[in-house]
Amino acid sequence: MIVSFSLNGSPASGRVERPISLLDFLRDELKAIGSKSACDQGECGSCSVILDGVVVCSCLVMAADVEGSTVTTVEGLESEGTLSAVQQAMHEAGAVQCGFCTPGIVVAATDLFSHNSSPTTREIKEALAGNICRCTGYGAIIRAFETLAGEST
Amino acid sequence: MSFAIAGSLDEALAALAVGARPIAGGTDLVVGARQGKAPLPASLVAIDRLDELAHIESRDRGIRIGAMVTHSQLMIDQMIVSGYTALADAAALVGSPSTRNIGTLGGNVMNASPAMDTGAPLMVLGAVAQLRSARGSRTVELSDLWTGPGQTSAETEELCVAIDLPPRPARSGSAYVRLEYRRAMEIAIVGAAASVTLADDGTILGGAVALSAVAPTIIEVDDAGALMTGHLPDAAAAAVATAASDVARPISDLRASDTYRRHTVGVMAARAVDAAARRAAGEEIGVPVNRAIGVGASR
Repeated sequence: MIVSFSLNGSPASGRVERPISLLDFLRDELKAIGSKSACDQGECGSCSVILDGVVVCSCLVMAADVEGSTVTTVEGLESEGTLSAVQQAMHEAGAVQCGFCTPGIVVAATDLFSHNSSPTTREIKEALAGNICRCTGYGAIIRAFETLAGEST
Repeated sequence: MSFAIAGSLDEALAALAVGARPIAGGTDLVVGARQGKAPLPASLVAIDRLDELAHIESRDRGIRIGAMVTHSQLMIDQMIVSGYTALADAAALVGSPSTRNIGTLGGNVMNASPAMDTGAPLMVLGAVAQLRSARGSRTVELSDLWTGPGQTSAETEELCVAIDLPPRPARSGSAYVRLEYRRAMEIAIVGAAASVTLADDGTILGGAVALSAVAPTIIEVDDAGALMTGHLPDAAAAAVATAASDVARPISDLRASDTYRRHTVGVMAARAVDAAARRAAGEEIGVPVNRAIGVGASR
């Protein structure tokens, strides 16, 4: 079957013959490799994408089930080479170590700031509760978003 | 692979009648397949776009929660938070924002995990499941629905379309408390839900207690109502703690021993009774109660 959907504002489609996840579909079929594959069971958040307005683990979504949907991945956040505010905040705070969790963190934080421009530290932690950083670099990550939240108040 | 996206409930039921299996959020089915628990069915029908099943509605007698209502919806819905608070406590503890956004109540109920978080709250709140197939519909008590780990009494062509909850008596409160080792992406080590109704003098008029992760299914502490009735909440909580540990039949696994689970489920049950009674008395305790009373990691 052919699955068609909106990916980062552009039409995308591909053939889905096996029961694969949206994550594998993005990475292997559509070559959008920004979303990372780590735990592959919805535990770590490295594959986070925004699907029809809510953040989800793309490894838990069946590729065939995104027909007609709108998907935003980390690739869709910068505009014409300029980082988004969330990306810029992480960059400035040095909130990246090995970088593997970074796309998922950026997507989850983008979702948070899209409906709460000045979250509290607690709200930031709750929003990122499903995103695991194996480097345990949470301090800088939280500080990046505390700074961003402070700038909007 | 056959994969269809149902456009209506009738379409979904027709697909189930000819052997398709339903998929909603996918948080259990997809992970289970990947871990080798059970291969994905050859024929799937996606029911996650059935808007008719995605609402929480007030009815003449209580409320109806559509099977496709997500945990994210449950944890903030005003009817649930104010009247059926234990269910909001449980929904708020499930997984992470990402999994709560797609995990559904119907999926949680029909996955029938003995460690499911929404099960014990539903049981003490008197919930029943509405099952429907192309041939008709029926109402099933949860104690009849869950028959073992991952097992239900539903026929393969039956779909859980809603969970019905009866109205709450005056001066009632409920709470779900879970023992956890970490704050997110956790599975209950043990858990307990309590529902309590208070008399005017502050003693307990009636109630119920149910337990997670200490038996092959969610179980009710059958004599909890009788043990609590006529007593002040403190004494009731102590009695329920003993009864809960007695009725528990936990396993040992890498997450906890049976001895530890049997003891701690009593502790959780007592805390659930305490929080439920305080809520019944009008005290505001935030959702999830775990965070408000400091069970598990505090930050």
